[in-house]
Amino acid sequence: MSDMELLLWARGPGLQGAVAVFVAGMALRLIEIYSLGRKRDLSPARPGNGGAGWATIITRSIPHKELLRTTYLTYILGYTFHIGLFVTLLLFAPHIQLFRGVLGFGWPSLPSPVVDAVALVSIAALFGMLAYRLYHPVKRFLTTFGDHAAWLLTMLPLLTGYLAFHHLLLPYTLMLAVHILSVELLLVFMPFTKLVHVATIFISRWYNGDMLGHKGARL
Amino acid sequence: MKEQETLAEHLRRQGISRRSFLKFCVATASLLGLPPGMAPLMAETLGKVRRPSVIWLSFQECTGCTESLTRSHSPTLESLLFDFISLDYHHTLQAASGEAAERAREEAMKANYGKYLVLVDGSVPLGEGGAYSTIAGRTNLEMLEETAKGAAALIAIGTCSSYGGLPYAHPNPTGAVPVSAIVKDKPVVNVPGCPPIPLAITGVVAHYLMFGALPELDEKGRPLSIYGETIHDRCYRRPFYDQGKFAKTFDDRGARAGWCLYELGCKGPTTHNACATTKWNGGTSFPIESGHGCLGCSEPDFWDAGSFYQALSTPLSSLDKAAGVAAGAGVAAGAAIAVHNRAAKRAAKAGHQAVTVNDLEK
Ligand code: SF4
Repeated sequence: MSDMELLLWARGPGLQGAVAVFVAGMALRLIEIYSLGRKRDLSPARPGNGGAGWATIITRSIPHKELLRTTYLTYILGYTFHIGLFVTLLLFAPHIQLFRGVLGFGWPSLPSPVVDAVALVSIAALFGMLAYRLYHPVKRFLTTFGDHAAWLLTMLPLLTGYLAFHHLLLPYTLMLAVHILSVELLLVFMPFTKLVHVATIFISRWYNGDMLGHKGARL
Repeated sequence: MKEQETLAEHLRRQGISRRSFLKFCVATASLLGLPPGMAPLMAETLGKVRRPSVIWLSFQECTGCTESLTRSHSPTLESLLFDFISLDYHHTLQAASGEAAERAREEAMKANYGKYLVLVDGSVPLGEGGAYSTIAGRTNLEMLEETAKGAAALIAIGTCSSYGGLPYAHPNPTGAVPVSAIVKDKPVVNVPGCPPIPLAITGVVAHYLMFGALPELDEKGRPLSIYGETIHDRCYRRPFYDQGKFAKTFDDRGARAGWCLYELGCKGPTTHNACATTKWNGGTSFPIESGHGCLGCSEPDFWDAGSFYQALSTPLSSLDKAAGVAAGAGVAAGAAIAVHNRAAKRAAKAGHQAVTVNDLEK
């Protein structure tokens, strides 16, 4: 198979398959989680906590002062990586072309050198997170194979995209194919690993907030 | 043309000065990646060359490759060099027809067995026993196999003979294949392009005449010196690509300012060819310079690489159907799992045994 054939496969059947697995997997997981349910809380809700779920989505997304002091590296690296990833994914012109192709609409892009710099910072943050995970005894203790797999699945698209943009390591055609394939790999595994948090994060934040609010916790 | 005439004599007779021939050699040397100092030597060596025997076979093709060479900018040195070498057999250009034409090919083969060059344009159909394209009642496959036997080397001119080209495009109704899929025991060099740059065609021939060997090839069988870089590597619009300045339509502000054509479907980043440096029509311009994205014509499968106006980063086929079916399957599977989980929960509840104080005291 030539590099061009690989690229055409990645842009055609490969992408179709990956999107199918992603959509089916996400639907399956979300229905499964939702249908599990919890026993109804029969106690009357404490007053003054209406909308606690929605409020928690916001409050839990802002670093907690005390935790920020003690685990600042986790926060800084985590935020840097996540914001960087979203800027790279959503504001790079060729990616917007992809969304336009799939969704039928697009939005303005950032200049490529800005996205380039952001991508590099995200890659650095992701490596920083791995190093911290391996260095910190508690984190190391808690780390499973799944964590490393999720790290690799996330790193590959960023790294291959960066290398492709700069024409490094492999011929561009092949690197572009590898980049698209790495995204497809990510899509395929996303519903079945911790990366499912892409879809569940705000649901679980809402749920936790609502539950705690019901009990009268100060949020 | 006199049989024993040298190339220098031939060109002189056509009114080409030594100076223009030298200029041609400089261009050819640079395209072939030879040091500039080689040009005078090249002129001298090529000048002494006597008319080599060349058989040009045309299979499933559109004659565009021949047109590229002979009509580009008349009269070019490329076309004159081509006249000099190629008249043993060529459908479009030879005067003879029918049996006389076939006889010319057979005679040339016999007289120069083991020494002649075979240039091929067009792909070879294998479907229906090769019936899709026949010449003088014989299939392209038969003719290629027979002619290749006595050849010193083969040069596949154009994307059809190099990689199958348009006839090979999905669903490939004629079962078309490139020359290299059939000829395995002779050197084959691919000079792809739809059509190829004229200088690339004559450059490879000139290289062969000069060194008696074919140039170094890349993994797709193309001369590395001509196809070593992508259009994007050498594109003058590249600074705009790097800055993220893209024309959105063919007549917007960006298009007028000469911004990058990536979003309008330019395939320059994945296309290996010399258009951006050698250019077309006597060095006038190349497609991107005329405001149109690169089609990627020198790459395999370029007809199947989606619309010419679709950006490289976009999907080749619609995802709607796959996503719709997958969503349905996912919901069904999710529902089945939900039913199963609920049943398990109910069973656990039913099997629940109350523990009393008495039990604990046992
Ligand atoms: S116009 Fe095409 S080849 Fe030129 S820089 Fe843009 S994408 Fe690359």
